[in-house]
Amino acid sequence: MKVVNQKIPSIDGKGIMQGKRAFTDDYSEPGSLIVKVLRSPHAFAKITDIDVTQAEALDGVKLVLTHKNVPRKAFTRAGQGYPEPSPHDKFVLDEYVRYVGDEVACVAAIDEETALKACALIDVTYAVLDPVLDFETAYEHHTVIHPETDIHEMFPIGFEPQKNQAASYHMEVGDTEKVLHDSDVVIKHSFYTQAQAHAMMEPHTVNARIDIHGRLVLYAATQTPFHVRRIISQALDVPIQKIRVIKPRVGGGFGGKQGLHGEMLVSLVTLRTGMPAKMVFTRQEVFESSYTRHPMRIDMAIGAQKNGRINAIDCHILSDTGAYGEHALTVFMVAGSKVLPLYNKVDAVRFHGQVVYTNKVSAGAYRGYGAIQGNFALESMIDMLAKKLNLDPIQLREQNMILEGESSPIFEIMGEGTEGTAMNMETCKLPECISRGKTLINWDAIYPYKEIGNDKIKSVGMAIAMQGSGIPYIDMGAATIKLNDAGFYNLTIGATDIGQGSDTILAQIAAETLMTTIDKVIVYSSDTDLTPFDVGAYASSTTYVTGNAVYKCALAMIERMYAAAAKALKVHVDTIDFDGETFTSTDKSHISLVDLSNRITYSEDQEQLTTTSSYYGIKSPPPFMAGFVEIDVDKETGEVDIVHYVSVVDCGVTINPLMARGQVEGAIVQGLGMAMFEEVKYSSKGKMISNDFLSYKIPTCLDVQKMTTEFIDSYEKSGPFGAKSVGEIGIDTPPAALANAISNALNIRINTLPITKEKIIMTLFEKNKKGDHHDEKQ
Amino acid sequence: MNIRLRINGKWITFTVKPDEFLLDTLRNNQIISVKKGCDGSTCGSCTILLNNQPVLACSLLSVRADESTILTVEGHAEEVEKIAVAFGKEGADQCGFCNPGMALMIIALKQSHKNPTDDEIKHYMVGNLCRCSGYQAQFKAIKRYLEERL
Repeated sequence: MKVVNQKIPSIDGKGIMQGKRAFTDDYSEPGSLIVKVLRSPHAFAKITDIDVTQAEALDGVKLVLTHKNVPRKAFTRAGQGYPEPSPHDKFVLDEYVRYVGDEVACVAAIDEETALKACALIDVTYAVLDPVLDFETAYEHHTVIHPETDIHEMFPIGFEPQKNQAASYHMEVGDTEKVLHDSDVVIKHSFYTQAQAHAMMEPHTVNARIDIHGRLVLYAATQTPFHVRRIISQALDVPIQKIRVIKPRVGGGFGGKQGLHGEMLVSLVTLRTGMPAKMVFTRQEVFESSYTRHPMRIDMAIGAQKNGRINAIDCHILSDTGAYGEHALTVFMVAGSKVLPLYNKVDAVRFHGQVVYTNKVSAGAYRGYGAIQGNFALESMIDMLAKKLNLDPIQLREQNMILEGESSPIFEIMGEGTEGTAMNMETCKLPECISRGKTLINWDAIYPYKEIGNDKIKSVGMAIAMQGSGIPYIDMGAATIKLNDAGFYNLTIGATDIGQGSDTILAQIAAETLMTTIDKVIVYSSDTDLTPFDVGAYASSTTYVTGNAVYKCALAMIERMYAAAAKALKVHVDTIDFDGETFTSTDKSHISLVDLSNRITYSEDQEQLTTTSSYYGIKSPPPFMAGFVEIDVDKETGEVDIVHYVSVVDCGVTINPLMARGQVEGAIVQGLGMAMFEEVKYSSKGKMISNDFLSYKIPTCLDVQKMTTEFIDSYEKSGPFGAKSVGEIGIDTPPAALANAISNALNIRINTLPITKEKIIMTLFEKNKKGDHHDEKQ
Repeated sequence: MNIRLRINGKWITFTVKPDEFLLDTLRNNQIISVKKGCDGSTCGSCTILLNNQPVLACSLLSVRADESTILTVEGHAEEVEKIAVAFGKEGADQCGFCNPGMALMIIALKQSHKNPTDDEIKHYMVGNLCRCSGYQAQFKAIKRYLEERL
């Protein structure tokens, strides 16, 4: 292959570095109204009175919005298909505020200073209510976070707002209790995973204007432009054909922009005033008033035979969706559906639990989407089981894990809020990933640990993981290819490049199929007026789903060009061969693509050749990986150095090996942040205290010393040029791999993320107090 | 009040408020290569070169910059192009929001360190946050640029 699987630089990286107009705020109109939101100081309160007279009277204020003068129609901000598996429990503005940072009112003014001044002039009287801050007490709490009656689920998801339950689910294969009971050993443990902030570098940003046709045109930093258009239309009762959403370059999303955060209010301001308006979240708003990862408590039991055969896995999860139920059911389900099939040889498996509301910032989609939480529990448990059975943890995995050609009943049972899709693993190179990773991390020389002096211990730990490639029968991506005179192409796609490089890899797929070079494929993406539909950037879908659409579309274009060439050469189409530049007939007559395209554009048999194709998956082939970490841990301080992280990934063929590596390494470091120190923290009254980059640290370039990332030879027949997805898989292994490495080093087990040095040292202290010594070397 | 800045070789006069920050002055005047990532001098996205020193534009009052020379990526086109090529070859580009600031920091690194060690590079760049890349490819790209393997 000449273009696919080649290390091609991103098509727009240079322009972005040169500071060209690229991001949403770069497109805001000079003189736009500045939109600011007055946010709740209370974790839960009812607005009993709101007086905006003084704010409205302030010179330069153009509009003040409160719950009294906005449409009231429940919606969900989650961009995830339609009808959504998220409850419609959000209003443009409401009389209730449900977390510190929730929207109370909105001001549009001629400049920021005036807008902020006006916000301060709004006189709000609150009836402060008792908030629910501990998600383990939320269910059937005397405080009901959503007492309103005009909210609903779109289809049954276990939505019981009067009990603070956003969703619930139960599934079982076999008789889990009985199989556990009959097993030689059973281990049961609970795990806690924390709220993590997305912390993308570009804050949530949107701007709007009315165009010459009287239509609302938004530029939005979003992962889902088509969902944004639909949700605005539905919630504001604006005909959908009156709305255009354009997604320029987006400065990172990770799920944090897979929902509306400002789009609704800015749209309403521009619709009401007729004036261009814009909103850029402050970094504090990004932390306090967008999304976090869903915190979870995972109770897991595994039953096994003494020889290491795993008989049953029981997984119960309590998930905290915060104030609103975005992605509540589906994130929680993925903690089972993209985790439990890793060990598919069980006689019984159960997954059940519930998602509850609390008075904290809403949780939303976040790279990994539940799988990182579930993986931390399951892959920690596997090491704990190995220790209990005195078996090697890698051998225990190899004995029980899913293999190529195999399946799991879970695929058919658990889908995106509904039932799933049965599938066999056409590609699953876990054994190769593990074996290669073991070599790269020098496992045999280090495992389980080595004293290296100065109170330091070197150890290794590992975990395996799986993800998916889009949501079968739901996620649709489409592509249009147009042939221009002089023989170059336009590729338009709805797919949403948020920095992961989808514009580049989709151009590569088109160029490879059209047998041309990438500079002849001009990409334009994510404009609801001009590009075909795509669900957007989520669920690891773009390479697999949209990639397949682009591949189909390019094949269709070649067919159209063959027909045009046959006409030009006056031969039967079957006699023609095309090498990307020239059409040659068996009778030696030929025409170049340049001449052919000029001919049909300007002189003879004129026509515009355009093809459009779309694709939805009929399965979701999981990428797999093995992650290995080498750490140096200080016994006296608990300090952990990440010396080396090895990722060996089966994501099928990498369309762009450079960018695939970037996806994996970026996700590993984000996962290490979650594993080691990132945590969204609240005061006892529910005010977020980790609301800037000083109080919420993300990894810097000093936090990982060395990374090795390799891709195992793998070819997924159903994927474009053999590809599966790679956007999320990287984030799953760090928490469990780190917990396992710490266990190997210090013989302590930490089941609560993040695994900070304080936690390590306290756990060691507790252990030593009990007189337990490091003598359990396996 | 009025201030005068020499931006990328051209003197421009701006009318600013006393409490206005340089980042807002620049962006409000369509110098949009300077990015606003955090508004609290913690992310590095708004890095500019002020009198040839890397400075965070989000936390410098515009009036304090009066009569200063400012370089953004546009003012260092040749070097930025080379850095962009190095980034491209190493696959270090992702969303790119932090890249203009990072490029200026890399230029400042090159000016202040003759042959920086790996450790010196990392410590110099530590204030430029990136959430996409995991830093590995960027580090390789910086080395590639400094070693002129383009």
